[in-house]
Formats: sequence, C-alpha cells, structure tokens
Amino acid sequence: MPVSKLMRIQDLKLHFRSAAGVVQAVDGVDLDLFYNDAIVILGESGCGKTSFARAILRLLPRNVEAYTGKVLMNGNDLMGLSDEAFRREVRWVKMSMVPQAAMNALNPVLRVGDQVSEPLIVHAGASRETALKSAREMFQRVGVPVDFMNRYAFELSGGMRQRVAIAMALVTVPELVILDEPTSALDVLTQANIFNLLKRIKQDFDMSFVLITHDIATSSELAERVAIMYAGQIVEVSDATRFFSAPLHPYSQKLMASVPRLRGNQELEFIPGNPPSLIGIGQGCRFAPRCEFRFEKCDQDPPVINREGRLVKCWLYAEG
Amino acid sequence: MNTLKKYFREILQYPSAVVGSVMILLLVAVSVYALVTIPYEKALQLWRGGEDVWYANPQYAPPAWMNFFSDKDLPVSFKLHSRDAGENQSVTKEVVLGEQNTSRTFITYTFDFNYDEFPQEMALLFNTTYEVKQPFVSILWATPDGREIRVGDFGVSKKMTYRISQDTKLQRRLGGLPPIQGLFADPNAQTPVPFKGTYQLLINGVSFEQDSHIEAEFVFYGQVYGLAGTDHLRRDLMVALLYGAPIALAFGLLAALGTSVLTMIIAATGAYYGGWVDELIQRITEVNLVLPFLAILIMVGTFYDRSIWTILGVTILLSIFTGAIKSYRAIFMQVKESAYIEAARAYGASSGRVIFRYLIPRMIPLLIPGLVSAVPAFVFLEASLAVLGLGDPSLPTWGKIINDAWLNAALYKGYYYWILEPAILLMITGLGFAMVGYSLDRVFNPRLRGL
Repeated sequence: MPVSKLMRIQDLKLHFRSAAGVVQAVDGVDLDLFYNDAIVILGESGCGKTSFARAILRLLPRNVEAYTGKVLMNGNDLMGLSDEAFRREVRWVKMSMVPQAAMNALNPVLRVGDQVSEPLIVHAGASRETALKSAREMFQRVGVPVDFMNRYAFELSGGMRQRVAIAMALVTVPELVILDEPTSALDVLTQANIFNLLKRIKQDFDMSFVLITHDIATSSELAERVAIMYAGQIVEVSDATRFFSAPLHPYSQKLMASVPRLRGNQELEFIPGNPPSLIGIGQGCRFAPRCEFRFEKCDQDPPVINREGRLVKCWLYAEG
Repeated sequence: MNTLKKYFREILQYPSAVVGSVMILLLVAVSVYALVTIPYEKALQLWRGGEDVWYANPQYAPPAWMNFFSDKDLPVSFKLHSRDAGENQSVTKEVVLGEQNTSRTFITYTFDFNYDEFPQEMALLFNTTYEVKQPFVSILWATPDGREIRVGDFGVSKKMTYRISQDTKLQRRLGGLPPIQGLFADPNAQTPVPFKGTYQLLINGVSFEQDSHIEAEFVFYGQVYGLAGTDHLRRDLMVALLYGAPIALAFGLLAALGTSVLTMIIAATGAYYGGWVDELIQRITEVNLVLPFLAILIMVGTFYDRSIWTILGVTILLSIFTGAIKSYRAIFMQVKESAYIEAARAYGASSGRVIFRYLIPRMIPLLIPGLVSAVPAFVFLEASLAVLGLGDPSLPTWGKIINDAWLNAALYKGYYYWILEPAILLMITGLGFAMVGYSLDRVFNPRLRGL
C-alpha cells in the first residue's frame, strides 16, 4: 500500500472559453498521488479526464478562461513556476505523458530512435550518441526490436507505435507518468500486452502511473487505486480491491453495473439520461438529475466524506 | 540515404526531369569551366578591356559557324606576327645587314583566301626600335594570279597601326575601289568579286641604325569570328556567355534559396507563435504585396548601388514577404495542431526546436520543387534588370549582352546572333529548371500525378 505523497492536487480548476459560454472542464479537483502509485481515472467521455491530465502537465490551449488551484509535487508548488521554468524543470523531468492517440504523437519525419532520444537531448543536454544509447535500452525494455530504431513511425504497427510512445515517456525516468487512454485504438490482445508491460515497468522503475481511461475492464489490470470523475469533478477515490467489489457513489455503482462480467447472470444496466453539459453548472450534486437515490440535500454541493480511507462525494454517506 | 535514392530513382522516370537535369548539368559544367579558365579578375579585365585587349577582333562579327548555314563563305579572322617567323609557316622574316649600320628587313605573310566575301579590314601593327632615324617600309601585295600591287611606302614610328582601308592614296591607285575590295577583287569581273587563292603581303623595310629593328603584326579582320562572335567593342562574346552562366546560376540559386528558406522560417514562426507575431508578419506581407517590386529595384539601382550583390539582397528582402508566406502559413496552421506537435510541446521541446525539427521538415517536400522552379524567375529578373540598364556595370552577364545589343540596334542592323545567343542560354536555364521543378513537384506531391 502506497504511503507517502508524491503529488497533492488541491482545488484544481481549468475552464475554457467557448462561443456558448465558459466550459468548466476541470472544476475543483482534489487528489493525492503516492509514490509507486497506480491510479486509474475513470469516467465517461467528456467528463474532463483529458483536461485534468493537461491541467497537471500545464498543456493548455489558447482559450483558457481560468487555471487555478494548487499542484504540489514533493512539496513544491508547480503552479507558481513560470511557463519556461515549468517546461525545463517539470515536463519529462518530473512527469511525462503518453498522449491520447499516441499513435499520431510521433513525428512522421523523425526516425523513432531519434524521436525517443529527443527528450534526453532537450532536458539532459545529452549528445545524440548517448541519447540513442539510452533510447536503445528503453526500446528493449518496452519490447520493440532495436533495429526498428531506424524506422519512421509510419513503418510501425499500431502496437509498436504505442510502445514507442511509452518508451518516449519513460526515457527520462520521471517519477510520474500520465497515460491518457494509451490503448484506445488497439485490439484486445495488444491492449493486454501493453498493460502487462506497464505493470512490469512500474515495478522496475518505481514510478507512479496515472491512467486515464473509460475502459473499466482492462484498467482493472493495472489499477491499485481508482478515481471516478464525473462532470469535471472527482466523485470517488478508493483502493481498487474495495472499489471493484463494492463501489460507493451511486454513479460508480451504475458504472460498474454496466460492465459485463464473466461469471454470474447479472443483467447489464445503463445510466438514464446524459452527463450534464459542462457549461454553466449550477449548485448541487452534479449526478443528482440521473440519480435514483436523490433527496432534498442533493440540491446543495455534497461534501467529501472519508469512509474507512475511501473518499466519496455524496450526501448519502454524510452523517446526520 | 535510402529515401534520397528512392526519390532519385523516381525522378529519373520522368523524361522531362532527365532532359532538364542534363540542361542544368550543362550549365553547371559551363560555369565551372568559365570559373576555372577565366578567373574573376581576368574576366572583369577582359570585359572592360576595350581596344587594347580586343584590337585584333573584327567588329559586329557573327560566329564562325554561321558559314555552315549560308551558301556564301565569309572570311574568318586571323593574325600573323613577324615574331613567330620560323614557328609559323605562313610568316617569314629575313634581315640582311648592309653598309654603315643599315639593314634590310623582309617580312612575308602568306595566306589562303577562299571566301565569297571581302574581309572587313586589314591592318599592320608596327613595333619598331630606333634612336633617331625612323625605319622606312614599302609594302607590296601579291595576288594569286601573279599581279603585284604597291600598297604603300612610309616611315614607321615606334608603335604604329596602318589600316589598309583608310589609305586614300591606295584607293586612288586601285581606280577608286575601296582598298580592301581592290586588293582582293577579280580583275576580270564587272562587279567586285573576291578572287580566291593564296595571297601574300610583303614588307620591305630599311633601318638606318645598328639597333633598329622592325616587327609587324598582320591582322586580317574577317566577317565572322570565333564561336560566339563579337560586339561593338570588338569583344569576344564568348567571355560574357561563359561567364554569364555562373553569375546567372549564383544569382538565381542564392535568391531562390534565400527567399524560400527565409519565407518558410518566418511563416513557421508566425504560425507557431500566433498572436501579435503572426499579426505583424501578416500585415508586413500585405503591405509588401502592394509595393511595386520592380520600381523599388530600379530606384535602388539608380540612386544607391548597382552591384549585383546589393540587387540580390534587395531582391531577397522584397521577395520574403510575398504570397508564399500566406500559403505556407495556412499549411503550418494545420500541421501545428497535429498530435505530434503537442507531444513535442509536452516533452518540453522549446519553441525553436518545434519550429525547426517538427514544423519545417514537414514542408521540405513542398519547398524543394518551389525552390527549383523559382530559380529561373530570378535569373530572368537579373537579366531584365540588365536589359533595363540596371545590371552590374562591371560584370559580364547575359542580360548585359542583350542590353548592349539593344543599345546598338542589333536586330535593326541584322546582328541576330548578338541577341539570340544570350537569349537561348536564358531559355535553356529557364527550361531546365522548370522541367526539373515540375517533375520534382510530381514526385514530392503524389496527388498531382493524376492531373
């Protein structure tokens, strides 16, 4: 069980301007990450998972309306750093990311070997030779044949490209790797291979992973902890074992009930209605309109309740 | 390396590319030859040399190979020097010592004349040494049919040029015919027609001092000259035709390279940073697009400096902010949003790194055909400026030849070679680069192939 804290995120907000109004993509997220942690952030499409990842790594688009909160890493506030300092000291030094659609994240005019060694050249000031040497080791580790280093991205299969993207995220050995839907475009067998690889790497390098996905079944492979995201907020954080056997939040329960199981004859459920638009959300529990346990208190913002080490944001668990 | 080889093989499949490459290679070979055989200083010296350098050439003479295309054989220029007697069979020189320090010098020039037209001119260039008393020469002309004509008798100063066509006494002696015609004319013909055969010019000189010597060069000015002909200043056009190649190529390539590379970098910078940087670049472009390009160049040439490097710099400067910046920007805007650009930003690549390693390499396939096609445009620009009289005054360029020809009414007077030679070289340059450029375009932009 992870103990000490690698990162503490407090009231993180990322709002975008749009023609229709302000999009509250990430709206007051609190989350703690531990050393050698593997947390899965689960949620439907459009609930702000990717925006959350971008907010941590400060990869912001131009139309940012608000970007506030605290991100403490090993006790240092990352939000206070200038953009240039953040680029130099944080990105790929302290944390890296395997971007969504990692298959397209490779430069088509660079050989993948050069591509993987790029972060080392940029950050460690390594020469091309030493960087290529490290890249070669990383290729072996992620299971890409070393002679692929001289190939271009389009000459690799999807699974291989994904492994290259992972190699690129690992090459500087950061403490935290954010994996944004790393397997979304791959077949099930390749997905399983990649997750096995990630598990092994996490042990070898003693890293923390934040895995962002909507695929509950495969993410359970890697997850040590689970955070459920709904409408820009985190509604439940729990250790994986207890979460998968008994989720607390009504939304989590519905979500779990929608996943087919190998054993048992349970009928699949669905959640009625749609997730709320992230533009102009008012007071109250955001899941309330779709919740079957709804009662009067749900019109006010629910508190975060600690229940035997599990955090849940729901009035049902409030005492009194 | 393999990709290069692949592209190369693909390019070779287009006949136009092969023909174009051969043309370009030819021009490059000519340039190298010119630069090796005529060093820069020498070229300038030759081109601006005037009479001292070019005294032995006929004026306005078409190239010698014109004889292949006409039924009339035009006389070819040559010169014979008495110094070369002994080495050259056509010249003999004999010195006979006489009494009281006198000596007699006999110089004979023998040459075949088998042409259908009279030569332009003949001249004797004397070079004598003496202290006080000038040597005296009498000149005789021996025709193939055995007649001997007295050309003239006169004292010779140290350096003296005797032009036969200007000898009015000789004209009278020849019955009023211009001397050149008179000397070569067939005595039995009604109208002056050259009589073919071996002619001789004999100099019979007397010197009156011990160290007094007579040397003379016989210059026969034909109607045709060399491979390229001559201009109004008797200059061999070959010098300018040869030397124009490296100048044209250097100007074209530097201008095309400078313009397209700078345009690309600036467009990429603007597109990547966006905001006021992009705004500024776009506004500069829009202003520059309405500025009269040629008029500014003419102004710079007239008021500031006509050196080819100044003109090159101004050309590049004015050509950076053109429509190309807009079209490059449009593509960069699209590339900029690619996942891999964001990935690069994520792993902490600096803006410069993203621009030069991620954005610009994507555009190289578009850059290369454009660059190749832009070369002739700049070669033509340089020629056009020269034709307008704004060419570099010291350099022998193709445009300068056309300018000279135009000022001397070459076409009006029928000296077509004078304009056609540089024009054909310009056309070859344009054609070669255009053919290669269009083929490259097809190789690098496969979508065009269906068109």
